[in-house]
Amino acid sequence: MFNFPCARWVPRALLRRNATRSNYTVALRDRGAEEQNDEVSGRQEVALVLAERILQGEIRAAARLMRDIDDGFKSAVEELKLLYPHTGNASIIGITGPSGAGKSTLVDQLTALYRRHEKKVGIVAVDPSSTFTGGAILGDRIRMNRHAEDAGVFIRSMATRGNLGGVSRATGDVVNVLDAMGTDVIIIETVGVGQDEIDIARMAHTTVVVMVPGLGDDIQAIKAGILEIGDVFVVNKADRDDADHTVHELTARLEMDPDKDRAWQPKVLKTVASRNIGIEELLGEIEEHGAYLHRSGMIRHLFEEKNARIFLELLKERLFAEVFGHLEVNGRFREIMEEMANRRKDPYSAVEEILAQRFGPLSGGSASESNPPVGARLGEEK
Amino acid sequence: MNRRIRILIAKPGLDGHDRGAKIVARALSEAGMEVIYTGLHQTPERVVSAAVQESVDGIGLSILSGAHMTLIPKVLKLLKDKNSDDIFVFAGGIIPANDILKLKEMGVAEIFTPGAETTDIIDFVHRTVAREIRQ
Ligand SMILES: Nc1nc2c(ncn2[C@@H]2O[C@H](COP(=O)(O)OP(=O)(O)OP(=O)(O)O)[C@@H](O)[C@H]2O)c(=O)[nH]1
Ligand SMILES: [Mg+2]
Repeated sequence: MFNFPCARWVPRALLRRNATRSNYTVALRDRGAEEQNDEVSGRQEVALVLAERILQGEIRAAARLMRDIDDGFKSAVEELKLLYPHTGNASIIGITGPSGAGKSTLVDQLTALYRRHEKKVGIVAVDPSSTFTGGAILGDRIRMNRHAEDAGVFIRSMATRGNLGGVSRATGDVVNVLDAMGTDVIIIETVGVGQDEIDIARMAHTTVVVMVPGLGDDIQAIKAGILEIGDVFVVNKADRDDADHTVHELTARLEMDPDKDRAWQPKVLKTVASRNIGIEELLGEIEEHGAYLHRSGMIRHLFEEKNARIFLELLKERLFAEVFGHLEVNGRFREIMEEMANRRKDPYSAVEEILAQRFGPLSGGSASESNPPVGARLGEEK
Repeated sequence: MNRRIRILIAKPGLDGHDRGAKIVARALSEAGMEVIYTGLHQTPERVVSAAVQESVDGIGLSILSGAHMTLIPKVLKLLKDKNSDDIFVFAGGIIPANDILKLKEMGVAEIFTPGAETTDIIDFVHRTVAREIRQ
């Protein structure tokens, strides 16, 4: 996200052209020019345009920024900085589960219900089905597009591109745009249980795991991960015979959970999303979980974890880009590779030297100490 | 990072065949584009709202019902109303030569009749996006 220095002063059209021939090295070479020009034309000016329009609720501006986020434009970061103070008000709900389980249909029905409660809804549908060319067909809208005309609903489809910082960062940024716009409820749909999905689930306040009948027999095989991330479990397609069996299996598995005494006990609900059955109960349970988060103070804990994670990720990414970018431009990287190839330099000393050059003498051995900072351990918790 | 082309493929109108639309969607995605597919029976209002929310470069409309002379102009007008006529519109379907001329005059970027090669459509999208960027 940070390595493409599309300057804020570049006219939008030009900026798009540059992007098409984007390339890490070209980008770095251009960096000097960008910094100079920033001084001349005042970076705030252009940056203010999108963010301000977004805060006034302009859909087009929000969509535009989401695209810049997705495309990894550096200018997007400036806009996000301006939006950040306006975030933190939305309830964020994650909906995850296997492909075809009925997630989008559920999101559609939940959205209809939230709209009856006069809540503004934002939907981020993340679809991993990308082709080897990097393209994708994003089809989640098929189930939800009846809300397209409703000014109180904003739906955005995202592919899992190989973004720097991962899809979870881009998703988080898109969620922040919706949040800043004054969206009450943001629903994130993701498929499956990969690392990306778990990362995305972590940014939700409430995660709904959707299963279907038949999967029950297979629950042993389902990664433990999915049981841990769920705050609410749904067996959708409960119009099928074996739904109760799956509910049973799932309940049993949850009861075997070693963390079972935790203050929140996830329930297993049945729905028939395509016939709008069980949706009120599901929404009720999501709200119940939201209430629990506030009552118990867990919500603060969630925010703290999330903030630490985002900060540490960004720090890592920026530090790396900063240090490595420099090495690549001045040819030092090549030199080090050669020195290592003929064993004149070991990688440990090489890294230490580079860091010392960049940041002054290192506080000896800190890298090898076994006491990771708070956030580094967050990966294991929810 | 890449500016990746995003295209919305929609099927407005009442007819129930979306095979053509799906073939185009697949071809464009395989050419490296992100294709937002909205499915059957879309009203022009929904198509345009979706296109704006998804910040696509272009909209591809598949129309077999013969209602092209009402549906397509409606989409163009709504785009204008929403200040979003930088989004180009192309269409595919059984459309008589006469109507093709009229629609192009109204601002449709291209019309593909049955038998058009998907490679032509891909080339068209690439060309059109490139031209917009130059402007
Ligand atoms: N029988 C039955 N079919 C359902 C139910 N809910 C959804 N479906 C159907 O299941 C299919 C998949 O639904 P989607 O909502 O697209 O599922 P999804 O989980 O979002 O799918 P992906 O996004 O592709 O992973 C559709 O044909 C739905 O109509 C249900 O409760 N019962
Ligand atoms: Mg879906």
